[in-house]
Amino acid sequence: MSDRRTGAQIMCEALIRENVEVLFGIPGGAIMPFYHALPEYASQLRHVLCRHEQGAGHAAEGYARVSGRVGACVATSGPGATNLVTPIADAWMDSTPLVAVTGQVGSALLGTDAFQETDITGITLPITKHSYLVTDPNELPRVFREAFHIASTGRKGPVLIDVTKDAQQARTVPVWDVPMDLPGYRPTYEGNARQVREAARLLAEAEHPLIMAGSGVIWSGGGEALRALAERTGIPVITTLQGKGAFPDDHPLALGMPGMHGWVHVNRAIQACDVLLNVGGRFDDRVTGKASTFAPHAKIIHVDIDPSEIGKIVRVDVPIVGDARRVLEALTEAVEPRDRSSWLAEIREMQEQHEHRQSYRKRPESSALMPHDVYEAFDRIARERGGYRVITDVGQHQMWAAQLIEWRDPGTHITSGGAGTMGFSVPAALGAAIACPDETIWVICGDGGFQMTNQELATMRQEGIRNVKIAIIDNGYLGMVRQWQELFEQRRYSGTPLTGPDFALLAEAYGHRGMRVTDPAEVDGAITAAWDHDGCVVIDFQVEREANVFPIVPQGRSIGEMMTEGVAE
Amino acid sequence: MRSTIAALIQDHPGALNRAVSLFRRRGFNIHSIAVGPSETPGIARMTVVVDAEHVEQVAKQLYRLIDVIKVCDLTDERTLQRETALLKVHAPSASRADIVALCTIFHARILDAGSHSLVIELTTTPATLDRFTDLVRPFGLKEVARTGQIAMVCPVHRERTATLTAAEESELDFEPNPLAV
Repeated sequence: MSDRRTGAQIMCEALIRENVEVLFGIPGGAIMPFYHALPEYASQLRHVLCRHEQGAGHAAEGYARVSGRVGACVATSGPGATNLVTPIADAWMDSTPLVAVTGQVGSALLGTDAFQETDITGITLPITKHSYLVTDPNELPRVFREAFHIASTGRKGPVLIDVTKDAQQARTVPVWDVPMDLPGYRPTYEGNARQVREAARLLAEAEHPLIMAGSGVIWSGGGEALRALAERTGIPVITTLQGKGAFPDDHPLALGMPGMHGWVHVNRAIQACDVLLNVGGRFDDRVTGKASTFAPHAKIIHVDIDPSEIGKIVRVDVPIVGDARRVLEALTEAVEPRDRSSWLAEIREMQEQHEHRQSYRKRPESSALMPHDVYEAFDRIARERGGYRVITDVGQHQMWAAQLIEWRDPGTHITSGGAGTMGFSVPAALGAAIACPDETIWVICGDGGFQMTNQELATMRQEGIRNVKIAIIDNGYLGMVRQWQELFEQRRYSGTPLTGPDFALLAEAYGHRGMRVTDPAEVDGAITAAWDHDGCVVIDFQVEREANVFPIVPQGRSIGEMMTEGVAE
Repeated sequence: MRSTIAALIQDHPGALNRAVSLFRRRGFNIHSIAVGPSETPGIARMTVVVDAEHVEQVAKQLYRLIDVIKVCDLTDERTLQRETALLKVHAPSASRADIVALCTIFHARILDAGSHSLVIELTTTPATLDRFTDLVRPFGLKEVARTGQIAMVCPVHRERTATLTAAEESELDFEPNPLAV
């Protein structure tokens, strides 16, 4: 008798067996049996009550992105589950390991439009790596084991487990020693030796080679391996938005970010290179611009753990399916070193010809606070202090952060890249703060994104989180859309002007510290004070309203066609 | 242009939905789909004919699904193709002999007869089915049910690839194709 457990207890024990320590979620009718069991396991399984299921999902993503472990979140059926759709889609696009557990109506009610019934496995079908609908508690041990295995191996991603209420309530003796049943799932980790040799030959013969590093390098723990390959071959390295931190920005071979808001010299180098090694990136359209014109002279080597990424966007000369770190190590061993200093000098000359990064700002004839002032101060202070992570949201502030801050370590730059989910940053910081309690978790976000999910400030207060510092780059617009409207739509600011509350006062209302900065002279003091404050802080940086992100490649154009200044008077 | 993809998928609820959803996502129309048990218990074989030319990417994404075990793009392979149709044809005594004659030519079977109609079964290639359907249409085609095409790679081709040793395979100058049957 004592071995008999409810399905809900089995779910808790399965999570503990998968080394889950923190669970982000909100209870509701169909998940109540699970929540009933949860207190019995409180010493091993911390539950963080979020204010919205979207927040719970992003918090689990933030936790996963800084820890490298699977993030876990839980919600009830119906609206609870549909509120998880956005973070699941976000995790799908950015290959974040996430397991979402949802309650479902009783199995007898499935398909009857019962109260709070939605077909969540159906809804999330195209945005999950896999999903399960569990109606029998005996399946729970295998399903949880498979779900965590699938989420955390190969190309990582979200897995959904939908458990009917009766399966949570029914009692059974769990059989933990049950094999996984995944005959169709065999990720490839080792690159094909012949292909690796071919890639090494191309790299050795290349006059103007480039390495482009994406998030696969970070997920595989391949930062050191990338550095070893770059240093052995002298090949310059580009890091994509999600690859930021995979290679130190202050390394002599580091070039910066490519694509829509990449530096001119980086995009020019891509257009001029003869061999491009993309490792762990997926040639996102924000990187390639018009794909048919991307790297026209290059032989392309594409290393990806997901075979379906290869050849999806650009033609590939040498495909290598495998884990980024292992392939980088194999390449380093196979490749012949060669002097590339003249090619690097050529790129640096291109860089010199174009303005230095800070001069891309167009300071108006006023003493207004420019966003660039904030980034410059943050970069300087952060370098002195260390021990921080930065979570950005989506929009202008995100691109400035990628451009203007020097990223040096994997896992320090966390952002919603593929899905471009506004509202990602504040809840993701909640998860990151729990995963890294001894580090300072900075959020840089816009006033638009902040207002989408800022209720998680209450969660931070309730959970006693003290290490989140939020910098709002507040320009009173949905700034990136406004910038496009300015540059490409004759300044028709349709639906972009935005008012907000007094953000500093709002922070105080939530029990945190709030500050407002309008003067460039106050920026250093505010960042330092926030860093030193024992508790969460929101700083409202009220910046020049119409500052733009430059350079910019207009959508659908070749990355060779960059605008380095706008049409604004 | 039509493409044919065969896939072995786990016989689980939702597996077929996941697979078909990838074609929907791309806006590809499925011309026919046939699913049934394969040689392995618990594994179903799905044959999809799609009104689209470039299906390599979908085939790769299909292979990425956890429930999918093997994928084969049969479009450019030498394959045997079969499809079965049931046709109910208007057949009063005046035209009945002509219809029966057509059935004889095409090796079609007459399954049932009524006073004014015949039910015909024909198993052949989809193209021949189309021709037969066109020929009986003028007599009055009341109802048609087709199973959807199934296909299998010709044995000659299979034996050739099967005789490759592991060493020979590693000498192929392309990445071992995860999609190959």
